[in-house]
This record gives sequence, structure tokens and C-alpha cells, in this order.
Amino acid sequence: MNTTEMLYAATHEWTHLADDGDAKIATIGLTAHAIEALTDLVYMDLPTAGTQVTAGNSFGEVESVKATSDMYSPVDGEIVDVNTSLPDNLDVLNTDPYGEGWIIKVKLSDEASLAKLMNLGEYEKLCTES
Amino acid sequence: MSTINQMFKTALHDWHASNNGRMVDFAGWSLPVQYSSIIDEHNATRKSIGMFDVSHMGRFFFEGQDIDSFLDVLTTRRVAAMGVGRIRYSLMCNESGGILDDVLVYHLPKLDGGSRFMMVVNASNRDKISQWITDRIESNQNVKLNDRTAETAMIACQGPGANNLVAELSEQEPDGLKYYTGTTTRVCGHEAIVSRTGYTGEDGCEIICENEHAVEIWEEIHSRAIAIRGAACGLAARDTLRLEAAMPLYGHELGEDVNAAQAGLSFAMNFKDREFVGRDAIVAAKKDESLPCRIGLELEGRRAAREGCPILVADQSVGEITSGAFSPTLQKSISMGYVQPQYAQIGTELTIDIRGKMHNGKVVELPFYSRA
Repeated sequence: MNTTEMLYAATHEWTHLADDGDAKIATIGLTAHAIEALTDLVYMDLPTAGTQVTAGNSFGEVESVKATSDMYSPVDGEIVDVNTSLPDNLDVLNTDPYGEGWIIKVKLSDEASLAKLMNLGEYEKLCTES
Repeated sequence: MSTINQMFKTALHDWHASNNGRMVDFAGWSLPVQYSSIIDEHNATRKSIGMFDVSHMGRFFFEGQDIDSFLDVLTTRRVAAMGVGRIRYSLMCNESGGILDDVLVYHLPKLDGGSRFMMVVNASNRDKISQWITDRIESNQNVKLNDRTAETAMIACQGPGANNLVAELSEQEPDGLKYYTGTTTRVCGHEAIVSRTGYTGEDGCEIICENEHAVEIWEEIHSRAIAIRGAACGLAARDTLRLEAAMPLYGHELGEDVNAAQAGLSFAMNFKDREFVGRDAIVAAKKDESLPCRIGLELEGRRAAREGCPILVADQSVGEITSGAFSPTLQKSISMGYVQPQYAQIGTELTIDIRGKMHNGKVVELPFYSRA
């Protein structure tokens, strides 16, 4: 997927939007910057499809050798798909974080939270400043 | 981060920063948590050689007379009449037996003859221990503590390839020293202390040199280390290595709220025919069967328990995790913690609450890893 078409949260999740009839589907993953910062991933705890998520709230956890981090939903809605093969193949996050490394898909219930997300340029600026 | 300028920097700080070291604040020092992958650094140490900048550790040199008998009153381990070259791991406790720090006491030969005592303390406890010791020098005692942490560097070389590699640069070959002994020698032609000690569960040595020689010595070792698939290692690998070796870490397994009797470090305490600060409280605690004790746990799955995770039996808290990680060597989730003694037997099945989710674990023998 094209990273210039994605939206980014300050908590380092990317969101890619696609239309699905009347609704919008957000595919969500972790940015390469986040994965590089975490390094040595050993575990990922994922939600199940059907779970409601709220923007800014944790939807799962990712664990590296040194720490456990929450993953935060950038959007409001219902999880419609989960990349269940990911926990057994965490290396995909290193090799293809914006493609095969997608984590959840969310059917948006509200688009208001999208306004708080950044474009690629803004996100890259955030990463270089922090 | 504006605070970084106020942080202590080791003599190797700029080397770390310009070699991909991810610098973090550790006990007020700017140190690399990792350079590349923690697992790669960890494995380099287990298989070849890992190099660690441990210059943040406090280094106290003592001057005066009868230093050993002065220090003996402050250490749980007997250090009086320690032979020249010997190094001992000991605890220092307060009157209640609470652990002030875990330290190494060195009795080192000098290059020009004679000998001197030195102590290495944790960075986080350096000021406290310096004060604790200084406050206990009586007016009639000729003892002076010289804190040389800021002027010297300390480099740990750990792993099966470490001693042979350092032998190429050191007048004293590390293998010629017995385990837990040390000497004053020359490394790369510069006066340095070399000791066969470490904090990884591997054989290896530690070098203490003047700051101005630290980069040269580090680079000479590093270029040779890289050639045998060794690596410079950060604090994160140091932590997973010491955890596998079940070595306690101050602030995690040890603290003033932990009585020395609880820590499972009986080898570091001598009670016979000697008095030391905290002795009576430790002897009393040894008999108290209600006090939690240190255990090792192996968890099912890949999830690591972290400091503060509750340990449960039938939904009741029976203790707490103090350190945990996914072990790169054993490929298992391992942790240490404290539990009530009735749950400390090897094989006991316990539940660990990791961020609200219950995980099965069982008590296992420590250390998790010992070198062949």
C-alpha cells in the first residue's frame, strides 16, 4: 500500500481508508518507525472480530524483549477482520509493515476521529523531532 | 530532551552515539540501551563476546589503614583479611537488614607493589553508599573513600571468546586469573585493572582504566570482537543476560524493603564469628517463615511477565514479579519474583496476572541458564 495515502496517529499506528458500499473500512497497522523503535518483537495480543473500538483506546498489545506497548485504535467502529496469522509470524512486521503486516480492519461508525490524524509529512516530522 | 545535557556521560558516550547506540537515561547516565537487535547482542555474548560500557557503576578506591576490617563491619560477606587479588560479592545492609546495595569488594595488587581496596557499587546507589560509608568512619580511623567513577571507565567483556581476545591486549591474561580475582596490569600499554568478573552468566573479564584510554581500549577490543561475531551490547541485553543467569538487580530483586535473608543469596553472607550492620535483623528474618522469598518462574507461551505483575494462587495474591523477559537463549518466558515461602517449592504452579490476563507459570530452579 502507498504510505502517502495513509493517515498516521501520534501513537504510531497507520490507517488506510477504503470504501465498502456506504461504509468506510480502515485498515490499521504499526508504522515502520514504531517497529524499529520496539525491535525484537516476541508477542502480539490481538482482539477478535466484532469488538468495538474507540479512537485513542487500546485494541491490543505488542511486546518486545524489553517492554510491552499498547496499540491504540485511530478510529471509532467495529473490528471486521483481524490478521490472526501475525502473532506467529511477527517478522512480517519488519519486512512489510504497510502490507502483509496489517493488524486489524475496522468498519467506521464515525469519521470525526480522522481529523486528528496526520498525513505522512506531518508524521515524519513528528518522528524526526521525537 | 533538554535533560540529556545534565546527564552523566561515560568516556565512551560519543562512541556509542556515533555507532548507532540508542541512548537512554539510566540512573542519571546517558547509556546505550541497544545498538542493533537486543537478541543479536544477547546471542553474541552467549556465543562469542559481548562488550558492555559499565562505566556508570560506582568505583570507590580506599586509602588508609585496616580498610578490610573497616569494610567488614558494613558488608554481609567477610572481607577482613581478604587475600591480595581476591574479589567478593557482598550485600550492604541497614540496621533492619534491608539491602542498601549489592557490591563487589576488591583487594587489588598495585602496579608498583603493595595493595589497595576498591568497591564497585550500583550507579543508582552511588551517592547513598558513599555517604553511608563516609558517615561510618570514626575519628580515630584512618580511612578515606576516593570516588573515582567520573575519572575512570569500566568495560565488561563477556562470553566464551572474551578472555582470549582480551589476552591479546593485556599483559595479564584474564585466563591466568582465577574466577573472582583481579589484578592491576597494562591493557594496550595503559595501566588498568583486569578482573575475572561479570554480570551475564558467562566467563569473561572487566577492565577499569583511566578515561583518556577508554576509547582506545574499547576500539581495540571491538575491532577484534567484530571479527569473531562479537558485538557491543546495550543495557537491554545486559538485562536479559543477567536475568537468565538469575543475578539479582538492585531496584528489582533487591531494595531496602527486602531483608537480605529473603534474597536467596546465602553465599554472600557470613555470620560465624563476626558482627556487621544488620546482622541481628538478618538472623531473625532467616527464622521468620512468613517472609516472601525469591523464586524463578517459567511461564507458558511467549508472553513476558514484567515488574509488578501479581502472582496468584486461587485468585489470591501470594507475591509479585520483580523482573521478567522472553529469554533469547531458552526461548521461554522467564521471570523472578517474591512469593510466600509455601509457594516457593520447585514445581509449584502459580498464576501470573499480566495486565489483567492470567497466565500459567511454575516455579523452577535458578539459575535459568548456566554456561557449559
